[in-house]
Amino acid sequence: MAETRKPVTTIKTPVAIHYNYSIGAGQSAFMRAIREGRILGVRCPDTGKVYVPPRLTSVETASPMTELVELPDRGVVYTYCIVNIKFYDQVLDIPYAYGYIVLDGADSAIMHLIQECPVEEMRPGMRVKAVWKDPKEWTESLENIRYFKPTGEPDLPIEQIMNEIRKKSYA
Amino acid sequence: MREVAIVAFGQTPNRRKELHRNDAEMVAPVVAELLKGAGLSRRDVDFTCSGSSDFLAGYSFSWVMAIDALGAWPPIQESHVEGEAAWALYEAWVKMLFMDEIEVALVYGFGRQSMTSPRDVMVLMNDPYLETPLWPDAISQAALQARALLDAGLCTERDFAEIAVRNLRHAEGNPLAQLSGRPDPDELLKAPTIASPLRKHDCPPITDGACAVLLAAGDRARALCRRPAWIRGLAHRIDVQALGRRDLTHSVSARLAAEAAGAIGTPIDIAELHAPFTPQDWILQRELGIAKRTIVNPSGGIHQGNPMMATGLVRFGEVAARIIRGEADRGVAHATQGPCLQQNMVCVLEAE
Repeated sequence: MAETRKPVTTIKTPVAIHYNYSIGAGQSAFMRAIREGRILGVRCPDTGKVYVPPRLTSVETASPMTELVELPDRGVVYTYCIVNIKFYDQVLDIPYAYGYIVLDGADSAIMHLIQECPVEEMRPGMRVKAVWKDPKEWTESLENIRYFKPTGEPDLPIEQIMNEIRKKSYA
Repeated sequence: MREVAIVAFGQTPNRRKELHRNDAEMVAPVVAELLKGAGLSRRDVDFTCSGSSDFLAGYSFSWVMAIDALGAWPPIQESHVEGEAAWALYEAWVKMLFMDEIEVALVYGFGRQSMTSPRDVMVLMNDPYLETPLWPDAISQAALQARALLDAGLCTERDFAEIAVRNLRHAEGNPLAQLSGRPDPDELLKAPTIASPLRKHDCPPITDGACAVLLAAGDRARALCRRPAWIRGLAHRIDVQALGRRDLTHSVSARLAAEAAGAIGTPIDIAELHAPFTPQDWILQRELGIAKRTIVNPSGGIHQGNPMMATGLVRFGEVAARIIRGEADRGVAHATQGPCLQQNMVCVLEAE
């Protein structure tokens, strides 16, 4: 049985599964607020740390967390990544930067785009603020914030960032 | 070999749709109550193992969010099985047999079927090249098995209906049940088929829920629980994946697992069978050698609620809870995953 023809290397099997995801009470509070242009966190009753977005139980102590805290739309970049490769469905021109941003008053970081800053000038400690979409376009989405951009204020010194991070890393 | 027992069990009410809590938020109170009831803090748990499915959850690493809900800081020893949580119990049990440093283990599972179409999600378990493109959904596959049983003259559609009636009657005693009642089998048989020969009563309900089990070894188990449910035997086996290569009227893997667990030919007071469809209940009773005196599915089984990925572990919990409460001395818990009873796990639980 000499099968000399080329092997089949590709077949197409389109698969689509639809989900109606219910995000739960903690994230629902966050989504309702972001729709109004507000950012909510939640405070741990045991440690006083503020988590954003809110969750119902403390990562560290498992205690229920109920005290919602409104946070400003500005903070500090504590680490970042510059995207230099092209991939399927890419929306932005490379290179561009994503960062972990610790909002003022928060103890956990959110991830978002950082723009209006040449990537070679990106650095930890840079102070940034949110650039929002037109309020008419706001929905239940973190994409209501288009990106964060530098405020031009002095950086947080690197030693202070490391101290902050150590303090925040539950140690 | 070390002795390991189930010392506590907890679960959420079985609900058609859990709108207000996500996966992690379903798990957190069940675990908190379980530990509180046992007089333990989360730091007393030496090993944690969970079972769930990202395919069902609709996002990747869904189990990591559930760990967050446990307060897993400082970092804990944990593991996860991507599937039915009974297999997470198996992993924890094996570790406890050989690792003296694990005295107490927490096992939990969760699933929310309401977010999607589970009969379609289950298609993705099949051979991705030859079977999945034909989209054999879970109910249709179970119907193939049911049809094979009928054509072999082994049982009737009325047998299937009577299994549903038995489960729903037992569910009347289960305060967490989603469905219960006393339907007339003749009335049930008048309903149209969903996938012939299966009717609605032959299929599991769609359920959101979570459950958790506490395992403890030796004297620690005796200290935590007046009447622990000792694991006397626990085994799992798997059949080939392709349905076309199996005799669907039998479940060889279920029989082998039952033999290995010591469930065959010994007195069994109660049995909880993880049979998603009524014909599978019939097959399992035969393969596990369930005697007439054994009460099958005292909780109401799958018909009272089917929180997929937790539902097999619920079977363990339901048997253990009855032993702990003194309502039974010896029981069998069964769990399955895969199409048409592909994988089967059998456990013999017993009082001291």
